[in-house]
Amino acid sequence: MHRLRALLRNLALLAAVVASLAIWVWVPAIVLLGGLLVLGLWMATTRLGQQAAAVSWVGILTLPQRIGASSVIVIGIAGVVAVLVALLALGGGLAQTLRGTGNANTAIVLRGGATAELDSGLSREDATLILQAPGIARDPEGRALGTAEVVVVTNITKKSSGTEANVEIRGVGPQVWAVRPNLKIIDGRAFKPGLREMIVGKGAREQFAGLEPGTTLNLNAQQWQIVGVFSSGDAHESELIGDSETVASAYRRNGFQSVTVRLATPQSFDAFKAALKSDPRLKVDARTTRDYYSAQSEQLSKVIRIVGIVIAAIMAVGAVFGALNTMYAAINARAREVATLRAIGFGPTPVLVSVVLEAMLLALLGGALGAAVAWLIFHDYAVSTLGANFSQVVFRFDVSPALIGTGVRWALAIGLIGGLAPAIRAASLPVTTALRES
Amino acid sequence: MKYLHLAWAGLMRRKTRTVLTILSVLAAFLLFGLLDGVRAAFNAGGTLAGVDRMVVSSRFSIIQPLPESLITRVQATPGVRKLTWANWFGGYYQEPKNQLIIFAVAPGYFDVYQDYGVTASQLDAFKRSRTGVLVGAALANRFGWKVGDKLPVMGSIFPNKATGETTWAFDIVGIYQAPNAKSRALEQQVMLHWKYFDEANAYGSGNVGWIVVQVADPGSSAKVAQAIDALSANSDHETKTQTEQDFNLSFAKQIGDIGLIVTAIIGAVFFTLMLLTGNTMAQAVRERIPELATLKTLGFTDRSVLVLVFLESVLLIVIGGVLGMALASVLTPIVSAASGGMLELPPIGPASWAVGLALMVAVGAIVGVLPALRAMRLRIVDALAGR
Repeated sequence: MHRLRALLRNLALLAAVVASLAIWVWVPAIVLLGGLLVLGLWMATTRLGQQAAAVSWVGILTLPQRIGASSVIVIGIAGVVAVLVALLALGGGLAQTLRGTGNANTAIVLRGGATAELDSGLSREDATLILQAPGIARDPEGRALGTAEVVVVTNITKKSSGTEANVEIRGVGPQVWAVRPNLKIIDGRAFKPGLREMIVGKGAREQFAGLEPGTTLNLNAQQWQIVGVFSSGDAHESELIGDSETVASAYRRNGFQSVTVRLATPQSFDAFKAALKSDPRLKVDARTTRDYYSAQSEQLSKVIRIVGIVIAAIMAVGAVFGALNTMYAAINARAREVATLRAIGFGPTPVLVSVVLEAMLLALLGGALGAAVAWLIFHDYAVSTLGANFSQVVFRFDVSPALIGTGVRWALAIGLIGGLAPAIRAASLPVTTALRES
Repeated sequence: MKYLHLAWAGLMRRKTRTVLTILSVLAAFLLFGLLDGVRAAFNAGGTLAGVDRMVVSSRFSIIQPLPESLITRVQATPGVRKLTWANWFGGYYQEPKNQLIIFAVAPGYFDVYQDYGVTASQLDAFKRSRTGVLVGAALANRFGWKVGDKLPVMGSIFPNKATGETTWAFDIVGIYQAPNAKSRALEQQVMLHWKYFDEANAYGSGNVGWIVVQVADPGSSAKVAQAIDALSANSDHETKTQTEQDFNLSFAKQIGDIGLIVTAIIGAVFFTLMLLTGNTMAQAVRERIPELATLKTLGFTDRSVLVLVFLESVLLIVIGGVLGMALASVLTPIVSAASGGMLELPPIGPASWAVGLALMVAVGAIVGVLPALRAMRLRIVDALAGR
């Protein structure tokens, strides 16, 4: 009977922990702040609350005596949060860079069925027909604001690994500056159409060797001159850009990979798409660049996210056991003190609250430390990976405030689980035996 | 070893603490087990790479094909025993998310690559069918394909000359099973005839993606590579010949420095683990000072007390570590199977176990040092008096 009761109590406790974790993950920050306020009010106004505040304060004051054991919680949780935040910042940075590359004002046309530019192929006739479709913005002279582009890949040494990596080369049409107004030359000058000249993206220049302005690049056994550096704040910064006709001839291509157009208005996309669809001479798919680039980031950033959460979750389980250990040791060391408090009239609730609060305070310290370490080491750090065009995409870790919030939430959750069971033991300590034992 | 039961008794003195610590150690080594295989795979360029195989591809870029005429010249290079060639085809089945690894392979491909486990009868059926494909068992299971099925594929790059569209239809003539766990990843592929690909694609014929060369003597592979690259020097299709391992590694490296990321994560895990178990051991010794003094009174030497504490510390970590890595070995195939081949976690090999065991002993020794020294230096009189 006794055993059954104990089992039931443990099961109920487990269910309560799982439920509170579920709430913890879903509840918005504002509700959590509200909860904190209620706790503060309870401590300030009710008798039980005042007792809890007093016991907690004693616990916090004696923390320095247990600094070695307490640091286990802080460092353990800092490790979990640092790994979690860093991995999520990696996935988030990639997603942000790719999503930011597209917008609702431009559309990209690929051959039907192609999922990436490198897989696509459009003939010259296709490109001409696409640029005549309705819904495209036009310049004062009436020319369509669109660029038929050649996308190829070349081997360039990556600085970080010293090995060759696939770098994307984009041959663009004369209207590219109007189609992508965010493309800005920040060093040197623009390439001249018809010459073997290229401009290099800011990210590509950082990541790959030998792309400084003024150097020559061997492209398919031809010498190309790097004449400038551009920034665009998006995934195009991982590329080298030259004139489409010249790039195509270097790779013995006759045709294009994609056509990107500026839409007259975002609403004219439907008309543009419908016109291409109904033209029997064309077998192409049109998408807004927002759709196209968002889809590219989806899978990889999802994988990074899942991997990050799984790794951090396993680490968190380890940290929970560490926290349990520490808190059990802490209440063992304070058993007499707690029993004395109970003997002079303090209830079990204040004792319970004080132990949980102490664990969560240490967890908060750990979470803040971990997030700070992740921010200091990784924020804005540039890396590159293999993207949809089978070539390198340069992006930056993005340790955003939202991610730091996530990390702190995880930390507090670990503190809560690690503190709860020891707190219950402390609250249910038999007073007489605890007083008698040394 | 005769102190083993004493060390065990020490651990069992506070069961809760020992169990909690072991569970923490278990979590750390579970992660190590899962990640070390990934690190090793990325650093070794695939476990399958044959030492006698080299890959000849365009020096300029992976997307540039080589001319078919190069094949006979490479074949004639001294030191080349066998060769075969292939093209990337690629595509998806039904929906873009079902991306397939499809290669167009030359006759003789399975002579050079015996790791696929293609049987003689399967090879025979493949040879007799123009539009036939061989598919891996894992892939066939995932989509429920059977021998004799038509396989509609939306090709990723090449349009069909006949229709001008990228839809293709192949006939499944064989489903091969990888002969061992190491080559299980090969079961994710689809192989079609290079000859059919060459004739039927609208982008023209005579293009070879890469050539695979089997050298007679792996010791002279550098010389053979030089000779092959010299064939096309200063042409518009210069080649780069490298060992298969380097070729694979160059792809793995392009995804990112996974090895570094994994090492950093494992480093963070072990740093926190050492702090945690170090604290446990310090507590354990602190509590037991009178007991250790009693042991010394009974005649245990300083050294044997030192050994005892060391042993206890190592035992604690090894129990948790072995359990963690065992759990990882159980989980790895389950995760791979559950993901339907999307995520192929490498099995935990003897190398990982060796590194893991070394780590366990090292961590156990490091966290045991201070408590063990403390136990060794105890003076019986002070310890018994509680000073």
